[in-house]
Amino acid sequence: MNIDSIKNGYVIDHIEAGKSFEIYNYLKLGELDTSVAIIKNAKSNKTGKKDIIKIDENLDINLDILGYLDPKITVNKIKDGKIVEKFHPELPEKLVNVVKCKNPRCITSIEQELPHICELTDREHAVYRCKYCEEQVNR
Amino acid sequence: MKHLIDIKDLSTEEIDELINVAKDIMDNRQKYAKKCEGKKLATLFYEPSTRTRLSFEAAMMELGGNVLGFSSANSSSAAKGESVADTVRVIGGYADIIAMRHPKEGAPLVAAMKSEVPIINAGDGGHNHPTQTLTDLLTIQCEKHRLSNLTIGICGDLKFGRTVHSLITAMSRYANIKFVLISPEELQIPDYVKTDILEKNHIEYVETNDIEEYMQDLDILYMTRVQKERFFNEDDYIRLKDYYILNKEKLENAKEDLCIMHPLPRVNEISVDVDDDKRACYFKQAKYGKFIRMALILKLLNFEK
Ligand SMILES: [Zn+2]
Repeated sequence: MNIDSIKNGYVIDHIEAGKSFEIYNYLKLGELDTSVAIIKNAKSNKTGKKDIIKIDENLDINLDILGYLDPKITVNKIKDGKIVEKFHPELPEKLVNVVKCKNPRCITSIEQELPHICELTDREHAVYRCKYCEEQVNR
Repeated sequence: MKHLIDIKDLSTEEIDELINVAKDIMDNRQKYAKKCEGKKLATLFYEPSTRTRLSFEAAMMELGGNVLGFSSANSSSAAKGESVADTVRVIGGYADIIAMRHPKEGAPLVAAMKSEVPIINAGDGGHNHPTQTLTDLLTIQCEKHRLSNLTIGICGDLKFGRTVHSLITAMSRYANIKFVLISPEELQIPDYVKTDILEKNHIEYVETNDIEEYMQDLDILYMTRVQKERFFNEDDYIRLKDYYILNKEKLENAKEDLCIMHPLPRVNEISVDVDDDKRACYFKQAKYGKFIRMALILKLLNFEK
């Protein structure tokens, strides 16, 4: 894959330097059989260094979680080699099995098969709480 | 409404309706004596809480229904490792409604997400205890004849006390409520209760560690006990458990029509010399608890009709 020329896919830009692999894992990009490129420590005008992830031949990935992981990320959607959309992913209302509740008094601490569900309770401050015990969760 | 997991599940109108039904039950016991004939309540208590369980069971019996259940985790299927979700699906085949107490927070919600029959949260760890809050509201309504225009002192463990947080949340819906929050520094109300409930609803409140400082202003004094099971450190518990003891002397400046409440059981926080004072409402409060549970069972069982 020529990393500069993506035909139909996403360029996930302005990732905090060093965080690209974490995002790669959260998005489960390892499970894709299309091309994925990680660029580490690219030069950035704003922050000095940044990471970039490029995904080609795939427009179906759910990127909602990026808003939770790092709201400063920019996503470029590319169709037929052109940027058709540029956006900051929004905070998702609900996170399922993304972060685990760490409250030792929570039912999830003894029933391992329960899905870990966190809900956005304060968009302004990006506060997520466990659906079951309502404890605030941190990444 | 199908379940009651959190007091926030109920609208103000629904709370008013429950209070009105409970009052009607108190005035017309016979009218309700057979309302739940042929129905069964299962009390699934994964941790013991005798008075809450008996209150639910008495409520169902007074409606003409029957009760079954267990009163601790080691006498139940949980001891064999069955999940809460599986248990309620099985019990739902035997009973028409379930009251669940569980030491882990969120367990009744997990149950409600899978259950075919209504689930009532009878307390989940330090998290929610909505029927206690309904009991408190009925008590206030019956004793003060209003739920607005009240100055409410809450004393004791304001940090871990779930009844306190729910009561503050519930009372914040009504007009002109003021709170006096009385606690030792270590057991002060958590910041999120101040920001998310009190400040958001523009409720006036003061914090103090002196039980007598605002005594003359109070319409209600809600005493709580410091619960051993909420502490990870024995020394902290021993140091704080007898921090406040309400006695006759401390009530000297209190209003004539003060209403003293306590979710019970008490340990030492109210001296027995207060029991004969006409302002002591805590034993009546326990009785109100049965009536509001009767109203709640009726409401939940009639949901689908
Ligand atoms: Zn939790």
